[in-house]
Amino acid sequence: MPKAMGAVKQAIPAEIGGVIDAAAGSSGTVVRAAAARKILPIVEGVVLIAALLAPLVLQDYLTVFATRVIILALFALSFDLVWGYAGIMSFGQALFFGSAGYGVALLARDLDITNIFLVLPAGTLIGLTFALLLGGFLLLGRHPSSVIFVSLGTLTGSYAADRLARGWYYLGGQNGIPSIAPMSLAGYEFTEGPAFYYLVLGILVVVYLLCRFLVRSQFGLALAGLRENEQRIAFFGYKAQHLKAIIFTIGGAVAGLAGSLYAFHEGFVWPNMVGVVVSTQVVLYVLFGGSGTLIGAVIGAIIVEGVSFWLSDNYRDIWPIILGLLLLLVIMFRPLGLISFVLGERERVGSFGAKPKEKRNAAP
Amino acid sequence: MPLLEAAGIKKVFGKLTALDGAALTVGENEFHGLIGPNGSGKSTLMKCIAGAEVPTQGKVSFVNTDITAFTPTERARAGMSLKFQITSVLPSLTLYDNILLALQAQCSLFDLVFSRTRGALHDQVMTMLTQFRLADRAFDAAAALSHGQQQWLEIAMALAGKPKLLLLDEPTGGMSLEERRVTGELLQPIKEHCSLVIVEHDLDFIRDICDRLTVLDQGKVLASGTVSEIQANTSVQEIYLRRA
Repeated sequence: MPKAMGAVKQAIPAEIGGVIDAAAGSSGTVVRAAAARKILPIVEGVVLIAALLAPLVLQDYLTVFATRVIILALFALSFDLVWGYAGIMSFGQALFFGSAGYGVALLARDLDITNIFLVLPAGTLIGLTFALLLGGFLLLGRHPSSVIFVSLGTLTGSYAADRLARGWYYLGGQNGIPSIAPMSLAGYEFTEGPAFYYLVLGILVVVYLLCRFLVRSQFGLALAGLRENEQRIAFFGYKAQHLKAIIFTIGGAVAGLAGSLYAFHEGFVWPNMVGVVVSTQVVLYVLFGGSGTLIGAVIGAIIVEGVSFWLSDNYRDIWPIILGLLLLLVIMFRPLGLISFVLGERERVGSFGAKPKEKRNAAP
Repeated sequence: MPLLEAAGIKKVFGKLTALDGAALTVGENEFHGLIGPNGSGKSTLMKCIAGAEVPTQGKVSFVNTDITAFTPTERARAGMSLKFQITSVLPSLTLYDNILLALQAQCSLFDLVFSRTRGALHDQVMTMLTQFRLADRAFDAAAALSHGQQQWLEIAMALAGKPKLLLLDEPTGGMSLEERRVTGELLQPIKEHCSLVIVEHDLDFIRDICDRLTVLDQGKVLASGTVSEIQANTSVQEIYLRRA
C-alpha cells in the first residue's frame, strides 16, 4: 500500500494519516524500529547484575581491584561521550581525570576536606573547568578546527600537565601526593572494600543513566549528525562548535568525577594520572569495548583491565605484548569493538524519532 | 530589492582562477538556473554563495545584509540552505531522523537536551517525507535508499528549515529520466515560499522549471536573462546550447 501511495502525484492530508498509520501499525518497518532496542538492554542488564554480584563472589583483594575497574569504566564513559558520540578525538582525557585527582588530594592534604559531598563535586568541577578552558580554546573557533589540531592539542595538554606535575614541588614532583586521607561521610570513612565498591557502582549507574538520557535525546541526534558529517549540520544552522565544546565539557566533568574517586580509592596521586599513558589507556578501553555505545565503554574497561590483570599474573614477562596483540586484533577486525559481536549497526546508532504511540495520535 | 545579490565574485585556487568577476542576482520566489560548460565555475559560485568557500574578492548580499564573511551556520540561520552536489544524507540514521535532524537545527539547547520538540516536530517530519514520497521508508536507514531517493531526502532536508533560498547543486545527477521528471514535480510547490538557485547539466530540466538563467563561461557571466532570452542569445548557443 505505501508503495502505491508513493506514486500518487501530490500528497494530501488523508494520505499522510494513512502512511503514518501504516508506519505505526502494520508495516514491517516499524517492527524493525521497535526491535531496534532489543539487545542493548539485555547486555546492560547482564553487566549490571554481574557488577552487583561481584563483591559477593570475589576475594577481598579482588574487590579492591574491581572497584578500580569500575572507576576506570566511569572514566571510559567520559571518553566515549567525547569520541564515540561527538567524534572529537581527545588524546588528553587524563588531563581532566588527573587534575581532579590532584585537586581533591590537595583539598584533603592542605585543607583536611574529605567530605564526600564536597570532594566529589569539587573534582567534577575541576574536570569541567579544565575541559571548558581547553575545549574552548581548541574547539570554539569561528571556523571548525581540524581533527589534527584537536587531537594534538589535547595530547599536548595532557603531556604538559604531566611534565608540570613532575616538576612542581607543591604537587609532590615525581612522587605525587601520597597517603591521601579516606573520603568521609558523617564520621564514616570509605576505605577500600565492598562499601567503596558499591558507592562507585552506584555513581557509575547514575552517570550512565544520565549519559543515556543525553545521547538518546534530540541533543543526541545532533551529536550523531556532528559525528557523521560536521560540515553538513553546520549548513543546517547548527552551531557545531558549541555542541562540541558542550559535550567536551560534560566529558571533562565525568572524567573529573572518576579522577577524584580514583585518588581516594588508591590513596595517592602521581604524575602519570594526568599524562599520556592514562589518556591512551582510556582510548583503548573504548575502542576495545565499542565506541558509540555507552555499555561498550564499560565493557571495554572491564575486559582490558581484567585481561591485563590475569595476563600479568600468568605471563609475567610478555603480558604487555599479548595484550597489545589482542587489542590490535580487535581493532583490526572489529573496528566497532567487542560489542559489535552482539549488537547490529542499526541498534548501535538507534532511532531518535517520536514514539509509535505519538505517531498513532498524529493520524486524523 | 533582490533576495540574493552576488557581485564581482573572484575565486582563485593557486594558479587557477575559477571565478573571475562572476555575478548572480535572484529575486523572491524565483527559480534561477545556473548553467555553463564543465569547469565554468558553477559549483564554485554556489559554494561561495553558501559559505563553503570564501571568495577571494567580491560581495554577497542576502536579504539586504552583506553575508560575505558569514559562516555556513550564520547563513543557514539567515534563511539560506544548500544541497551538496555529492549526497550527504547521514547514512546510518533513519530517514525520519535525517529530517528531524534538519528540522531541529535552530532549537535551543534546552529543548534539544529535554527533547521538548520531538513530539511537536513529528507531523512536520512526516509531511516532508510524504511530500518527497519517502514516508513508507521512514524507519529505514538512509543508506538503504536508491541514489535518486537519497537526492530527494537531501532536498527534503535542505527544505526542512523553511529557507528563503535553496541552493541545489546538480539535484538530478545520476537520476533516471522518470526520477528527473518527479524531481521537477517535487520542486514546483516550493516556489510559493522559497527561491531556488539550481546548477544542472540537464538543460531540459532547467528549461522546464526555471524562470531565469545565468550562463557562466570561464568564471565570467556570459549572459543572464529569462529562459527565452537565453535561448535566443547567439553567443550562448555558440558555446553551450547548440551542443546540448
